[in-house]
Amino acid sequence: MTAVANSLHAAPRAFELRLLSVIARKVIREASRDRWFWLYCAGFTALAGAITITAVPDHNLIGSGGFGRTAASLVALVQLVVPLMALTLGARYLAGERDSGTLVFLLCHPVSRTEVLLGTYVGLAGSMFAAVATGFGAAGLFSALRSAPTDPVLLVRLAALSWLLSLAMLGLGLLISSTVRSASTALGTALFVWLAVVFLGDLGIMGTVVATRLPVGALFATVMVNPVEAFRLASVVALDGSLDALGPAGTYAVDRFGDGIADIALGVMATWTIAAVGAAVLAFRRGDQT
Amino acid sequence: MIRVDGLTKAYRSKVVVDDLSFSVEGGEAVALWGPNGAGKTTVIRCLLGLVRYEGLIEVGGMDVGTHSKLTRGLIGYVPQELGFYADLTVAETLALSSELRGLARSRIGEVIEAVSLGAEAGKRVGELSGGMRQRLGMAVALLPDPPVLLLDEPTSSLDVTARRRMVSLLDSLRGPERVLVITSHRVEEVGMLVDRVLALDAGRLVHECPPGELTGRLNLESWLHVVLPSSQTAGALAHLTAAGFNAQENGHGVLVGVSPEDKVSALGCLREGNFEIMDFEVWR
Repeated sequence: MTAVANSLHAAPRAFELRLLSVIARKVIREASRDRWFWLYCAGFTALAGAITITAVPDHNLIGSGGFGRTAASLVALVQLVVPLMALTLGARYLAGERDSGTLVFLLCHPVSRTEVLLGTYVGLAGSMFAAVATGFGAAGLFSALRSAPTDPVLLVRLAALSWLLSLAMLGLGLLISSTVRSASTALGTALFVWLAVVFLGDLGIMGTVVATRLPVGALFATVMVNPVEAFRLASVVALDGSLDALGPAGTYAVDRFGDGIADIALGVMATWTIAAVGAAVLAFRRGDQT
Repeated sequence: MIRVDGLTKAYRSKVVVDDLSFSVEGGEAVALWGPNGAGKTTVIRCLLGLVRYEGLIEVGGMDVGTHSKLTRGLIGYVPQELGFYADLTVAETLALSSELRGLARSRIGEVIEAVSLGAEAGKRVGELSGGMRQRLGMAVALLPDPPVLLLDEPTSSLDVTARRRMVSLLDSLRGPERVLVITSHRVEEVGMLVDRVLALDAGRLVHECPPGELTGRLNLESWLHVVLPSSQTAGALAHLTAAGFNAQENGHGVLVGVSPEDKVSALGCLREGNFEIMDFEVWR
């Protein structure tokens, strides 16, 4: 048998889940050694713990539209920290691999760019799951230690929604990483996107409403385009809170969509995830950058 | 084994490989030779299917443009700038590579021994010297025992001892079914390792010849810097010029233009004239 025939004996298929798993495990191992990842995790866990400790004594009070202060504060924390973690983690990853030359190491093997990108995405999603679970685990632990435990089902729901938000943001991060040339540019772009979805989205919408007297339906649609706002809405619904807390858009949502609003919010986050990952795959496959 | 037909690659509007055609048969060792910017590394990246290109490339009879994953299974590649995960050990790096190729781990020990990295198997890649990293690059490339080896400037970052060891290793890898494609800008190295040279300039194939003919075809010249006592410099310059050498004064000695295969004749000329040669080095 010739060398070529030997080498082709186990010819690879176009897409192999085995390779996706190998790359995902490698990414999780890398993330577990990344100081930025641990810094974010520690910050998120510390803040979640602190919120729980300070909010638990009042958790039986009604506030923030009908759900506990702990949960409301955790939603606010997640809105800020999780998008920042996921966007920067995703944006730095492939661009960092490109900067260090390890992307060439991966791509000179019989793996496709799609397998590399999706394996990276799955690995980073696993890392984000660990980070979110750790943060909410700390919140639950502190809550239990204070003899006034927050409903564990509520925490699990909130953690699951936080992870869904992180999946959408990771997709955007990888899209950035697939299209820029260096890790520093990717990081800068990710921070700009974070500002846009977390702060400029809110301020922009408020300004637009004032300036254009936007109809409430259009206002709701504008709010829901933002995955962070969709997360907030889904969280309020999942925690059995009142959407009135979200102002006229929340009231409109209840009137217009009733119980289906949570599905819409989840659909928005899922659409962002699929669209961002799909666009990242296309950009990475098309790119010449190694 | 490798067929390239009308390969053209441009980055934005800059053409870096221009209508390149060549083929390499099984058992052949070929050098892509050329100055920096000649397009050698780009050709290698096209052969690997890492970048998009125009034209046709076949490896093992398969089109790289449509089957790059499959053709990469036939290729072992040592890049010029080795990018490894610094936190992984040598053995972990090879384990990752074998997982990516779907190979049995039993092969790892063999390649570690083949490149003499046995003592460093447990060392982190970030702790390795340049020469050791180069050998690790070779180990990764040899892991699948590939029929095609692409080596991009395999000795460029090595000191003299490591370079000699690498040349010896590369020589031992030649076989009746294996193709070696080496990029280099060192004429002497090319002469030791390959059967045929493809000389590139600005992305175009300018010469295709046996390595021994390369210097003549390209009118290449090296410079021999000979250090002499300052009192003898003027006399040596006159002596060399009279003997037909292109010589000029330089610092503590003379610079003599020589062909890469005949550097010793200038030294012989100076010895015949009883000049005291204190030191010498070759500049290119």
